[in-house]
Amino acid sequence: MNKVIKIEKSTKQGLLEFLEHLLVNDKISGVLTLRKINENGICDYGFITDPKELIETAEPFAPVMPVNASQILSSLTPTTKPIAAIIKPCELRGFVERVKRAQGSLDNVLTISYTCGGVIPLNTFQSDANEKLVTDYFEVIKGTDTPDSVRPTCKACEIFIPMTADITIPIFGNNEVDSDCSLIMNSEEAVKMSKDFKCEIIESDLDSKIMAEILGKRTAEKEILFKTVSTTKEGLDDLVDTFGKCIGCHGCSRVCPICYCVLCDFESSNFDYNTDLMENELSQKHALRLPPDTIFFQLGRLNHMSFSCVGCGQCEDVCPAGIPVSTIFKKTGEDVAKIFDFVPGRDVEEVIPVMIIKEQEFPEVGE
Amino acid sequence: MAGTGRLEYPTSIMALRVLCSSRIDPVFLLKAYLKGADGVLIGGCHPGDCHYETGNYYTRRRFMILKTIFDSLGLKSERFRLSWISASEGVKFAKVANEFTETINNIGPNDTKNNMFL
Repeated sequence: MNKVIKIEKSTKQGLLEFLEHLLVNDKISGVLTLRKINENGICDYGFITDPKELIETAEPFAPVMPVNASQILSSLTPTTKPIAAIIKPCELRGFVERVKRAQGSLDNVLTISYTCGGVIPLNTFQSDANEKLVTDYFEVIKGTDTPDSVRPTCKACEIFIPMTADITIPIFGNNEVDSDCSLIMNSEEAVKMSKDFKCEIIESDLDSKIMAEILGKRTAEKEILFKTVSTTKEGLDDLVDTFGKCIGCHGCSRVCPICYCVLCDFESSNFDYNTDLMENELSQKHALRLPPDTIFFQLGRLNHMSFSCVGCGQCEDVCPAGIPVSTIFKKTGEDVAKIFDFVPGRDVEEVIPVMIIKEQEFPEVGE
Repeated sequence: MAGTGRLEYPTSIMALRVLCSSRIDPVFLLKAYLKGADGVLIGGCHPGDCHYETGNYYTRRRFMILKTIFDSLGLKSERFRLSWISASEGVKFAKVANEFTETINNIGPNDTKNNMFL
């Protein structure tokens, strides 16, 4: 059981009033949140310091991910002035993974997250006619079903409850979202922040029965999704079919919350092709695919970050060639994380698998 | 020691020397695989014997990541093998090299050799 702030208003309004209170009383210096940038409902992330602006424009629960907010938080932290961030569970996990890699800090960040119904693909959401889509979305997630309009990986996401948030807000599976606001405080930090805020405080938690029901549906959906990428033909042909379309733009790694390297190994001169190399290869093969090394890049990236993949789906969303990148990375990432009993974003103290060793493990290796 | 002991091992093996098994970036293995190598054998010092104390433990983790990725994608992870063979174990090297070559012979040639997409 946790302490829960109860406000007799819609969840969005209640949360914004709470944040306004924190801003006015100088407990935080600003809020990172989604906000609408025009009347058509198009949303972007913004860091807002003015309480009036916050109340007017913030859309904290908009089902869209213009960028993975963990990347933004990396540029906002470490900070000496406390800030609040309203982000999705996978964005929070992504940020925790970044903090482990020294790309930001959780100090002075009040993380607010919510049970997430998934996000609508970017180009669908950021079009002028999204109003009905969004209304329908919020109607569906009052129940336990995931809307059809969301990303494929969101439909199959089993970690829709934030793992390390200071404040958790029930949105998905909460049918009283329009009339009632509960802010579940998971940390001392959050309780301290809410001290002077005039509200009712009760002892409560997420409805475990509803959460279990959602989880059951998501798990079933995941099995279906993973079957679509499981190899129907011999592995290599399948791989060529899937990644053969790759144009080598490396957009997937640009938007990836885990790929933080300023210079990606695969963009460095280590893997430059010159005419000698090409001639050498052409002497063995009848033709050469250009640009080269697209499959090499994907396999290499899997080696570098798959165990930390939070399955946010951003890579698939931006892929101009329509490759199901995220589905493949999520599936493979889960397989890899499993052998190390690792869950990305579970705990900031949990060291990433390649940075730590155990003397006794994998006895089958080495013979 | 396999050479001075006059032990036989298959000629199909091309030996590359690294200073520690943890020097082997998984990306080396990928490159070898995608450019047509039928198999890659990594030799490393036994756990606990590492001159740098922990090098081979890291190798083992990286190797397992690569292997799991290959299994997950339906590729043949048997084409990679990690074996603890220390510098003085010529006999073991010859034995493992023969075994591994036989395994690879059973799997057959690597399809990447003729695939223009790779």
